[in-house]
Amino acid sequence: MSGAEKIAVRVTEVTPLNELVTRFRFEPVAGGLLPTFSGGAHTVVEMADGDITRLNPYSLMSDPFDQSAYTISVRRDDAGRGGSLFMHEKVKVGDEMVISNPVNLFSLDLRAKKHLMIAGGIGITPFLAQIKQLDRAHGNWELHYSCRSEALGSYVDYLTSTHPNDVNVYYDDQDQAIDLETLLDGQPLGTHIYVCGPKGMINWVRGKAEALGWPREAVHYEEFLAPQPGKPFEVKLAVSNKVVQVGEHESLLEAIERAGVDAPYLCRGGACGMCETRVIDYAGNFIHRDHWLEDDEHASGEKIMPCVSRFEGKTLVLDR
Amino acid sequence: MTIQFNDETFREDYSFRNSQRAIDRFPFPFDKDSYMYAVNMEQHRGGPADSVYEKRFDVDEHYVSEMRDRAMVLADDPLRCQSLPHMTLAGWDLLELIMVSKSEDYPDLFELHRDGDEWHWVNKPMGIDDTFTFMDETTLPYGPMEYITRQTQGDFCVLDQRDDNLWMDAGMVTTQADWSLDFDIGMNFFEWHAPVPLAHEKGIFVRALKFLLNIQQGAPARRLNWTMTVNPLLDTSPENYHKWGIQKTTLTPENIGAKQHLRVELQTFFRLPRSNALVFPIRCYLIAFQDIVSVPKWGRRLHRVIRDLPEELATYKGFIDNRPMMLDFLSAYDDGLPTSNGVWPEKDSEPPLKT
Amino acid sequence: MSKFEFPPSIKSRPVYGTLEARPGKAHLMIADAAGAEAILDIATPELMARSHIIYIPRGATHGEALRGLTPAQYYEGPSYAASVTRIQRVLQDAHMGLQVYLTGTEGLMGQAQNEAMQAGIPHTAIQTEHRGSVARRMQCVHCKGITEDVETDPFVCSHCGLNLFVRDHYSRRLAAYQGVCIDAEDPGNVPQAKGIYE
Repeated sequence: MSGAEKIAVRVTEVTPLNELVTRFRFEPVAGGLLPTFSGGAHTVVEMADGDITRLNPYSLMSDPFDQSAYTISVRRDDAGRGGSLFMHEKVKVGDEMVISNPVNLFSLDLRAKKHLMIAGGIGITPFLAQIKQLDRAHGNWELHYSCRSEALGSYVDYLTSTHPNDVNVYYDDQDQAIDLETLLDGQPLGTHIYVCGPKGMINWVRGKAEALGWPREAVHYEEFLAPQPGKPFEVKLAVSNKVVQVGEHESLLEAIERAGVDAPYLCRGGACGMCETRVIDYAGNFIHRDHWLEDDEHASGEKIMPCVSRFEGKTLVLDR
Repeated sequence: MTIQFNDETFREDYSFRNSQRAIDRFPFPFDKDSYMYAVNMEQHRGGPADSVYEKRFDVDEHYVSEMRDRAMVLADDPLRCQSLPHMTLAGWDLLELIMVSKSEDYPDLFELHRDGDEWHWVNKPMGIDDTFTFMDETTLPYGPMEYITRQTQGDFCVLDQRDDNLWMDAGMVTTQADWSLDFDIGMNFFEWHAPVPLAHEKGIFVRALKFLLNIQQGAPARRLNWTMTVNPLLDTSPENYHKWGIQKTTLTPENIGAKQHLRVELQTFFRLPRSNALVFPIRCYLIAFQDIVSVPKWGRRLHRVIRDLPEELATYKGFIDNRPMMLDFLSAYDDGLPTSNGVWPEKDSEPPLKT
Repeated sequence: MSKFEFPPSIKSRPVYGTLEARPGKAHLMIADAAGAEAILDIATPELMARSHIIYIPRGATHGEALRGLTPAQYYEGPSYAASVTRIQRVLQDAHMGLQVYLTGTEGLMGQAQNEAMQAGIPHTAIQTEHRGSVARRMQCVHCKGITEDVETDPFVCSHCGLNLFVRDHYSRRLAAYQGVCIDAEDPGNVPQAKGIYE
């Protein structure tokens, strides 16, 4: 139900970049070639962490045309549910892992006359693949990359040495900031903006672009929501007739899967809409965290995206 | 398995025929005795041996003649194949998908040898042996989409995915059920389906779009659609409707069994990797009424479906005027016995026609 | 002047709105005939100071009123065909954030919208308001010729002479509705032409 076949890969390099970010290289266990992909795509990495299987999406940052290996970069999140900690602490060279086929929810608009990329922190990773794709097609692009400090500026050296005229880097600790208003003013018709970074940055860029009269379709953004921990709760699955406890560090989707119920998913980050599930009955409050449902749908109590959203209350019955 | 390719025409003398093998494997579209729109998607990952679902791109006895017909259509009207400028990458994706699939699925007919970006393609049925550089348009006689779809049965719509919609931004369309690529190119999913009656109100297109947007690499899907065509005419285009429309009036009770064809589209959907576009091949299979009714279950069922079809659909599919004559013909093959579920002919278990 | 209410139709048929002044540093307004009235309705000195108006009167007498708004730039063209290279030139130099306003006949709005789209503005970001004639710009699906200002259904293709019926299926790329042969299955049997919305 969850779609394409998975890909068995071996970890062939683990490369710490700085105190927060580590890069992983995956090659197919079976030999042969990995599928090509489009810049901006992600893969869902399965992590067998004791009793729990976590599935976290990570942007593919390698050359989309390089079929020998995929690379991802993982930022350690000490407050998260443990997926990134697992990658940092448990995954070693030689380990076998399972990843999904590439899925792209942040693709380039290939009609664009110019691609204006705005990255914050680890949000740089999808752009690394997009830049490789655009370079091959002689595309017109420009990157504005904001990092906390030089020490935490992942891939800054690589980007500025390979593309000195197209890459602009801003360090927070040196009080450098993107002058967004000036940047957006004067861009030629047909320019598309792509922004990937923290929620605040995405909202800032979207808001400014809207205020300056940019069309909605010309502003693209990707924010992966990692499922957040929360209070445990109980869910009843009506179709499969099961009652499941959702743990503190487990998403609703993961709990449904743990119970052996096959539920559809794609991005596991609240963006794609694939896992949308009908609520049959509830008494309590939803904690909706997805980008998929509209506000009125969130308020309706009829739908939930179990990949990132939670529930607090007495009863929750799902059509699953 | 070797395929004996027919030498036949889809115009003028209409020498197109289905062999017994082609009849047996015909993708009959009705799984029960009535029809209404449904999203009816399933995975496209193989099917029963020798069925049209078995391979990613089915090659059958009509291959060589269909490609000859396509070349004639394109010579008359090059606008049947168009690709907006941003779709060239998707064209290369499609070329790769088809070459890899056909060379793996039909190694006796097609060969692909790759040395980095230097590719060598052999199409034995069509006598083509070309070398070219992948991603270099100057090394092919046509753009990549046109090059490969001149060698692949069925129409091809290449859909760009953006703004939570699909956009018909490229295509090769010469065997269509009365719609114009030249007119529809650039439209989104709802717009190019706009003329279809009833389905919008039923929410069919909203659900179908949601499904299609989420089709993943390595997980293609398929569905069937159908209409009716008088004479085995592949190119039922609006462009030429003023020429072929008159043929609809040539049916008689004597010739309807041979002239009236059920036209079935095997629609498949593949995510294209480099472009993130979606390719939507629409493969057309034709079968004469007299061949359908040679399968008792299909004869019974087709009569019931056509009889009970809502008037809007019979009008949209263009056979409302001929429906009474069709029913006169088909009713002779419906003895009222029940039919088994599913599309398969079940020749061994289904009772012969009661006379 | 009261506006024509187009009957509900299929999803490819354009739906026109009512112009409203939007924020932005630059505004391009293109109108023909009675479309001038829609611009007059939203004009303010602040908006006009940043507006470029391109107007094709087609016999209407609103030119003086528009000129009197003292927009930043004003141009009056004798026909759309005569004005299109100017429109392309303006779009070539324009920047993201440009607001485009189209008003008047469907043919004018459709063709100007196509230019703006090709320049890189999504069609949903372009404002339109229908005013004046309800005649349609029609493409003959058979010969591909465009017949302008079609008021009746059926009509005769001005290029190939076929009798065509008027569909609501619309192509933004062609800025035209589709005309299809009406007597293909019964040659010579052409119904009496009547107004498209009669």
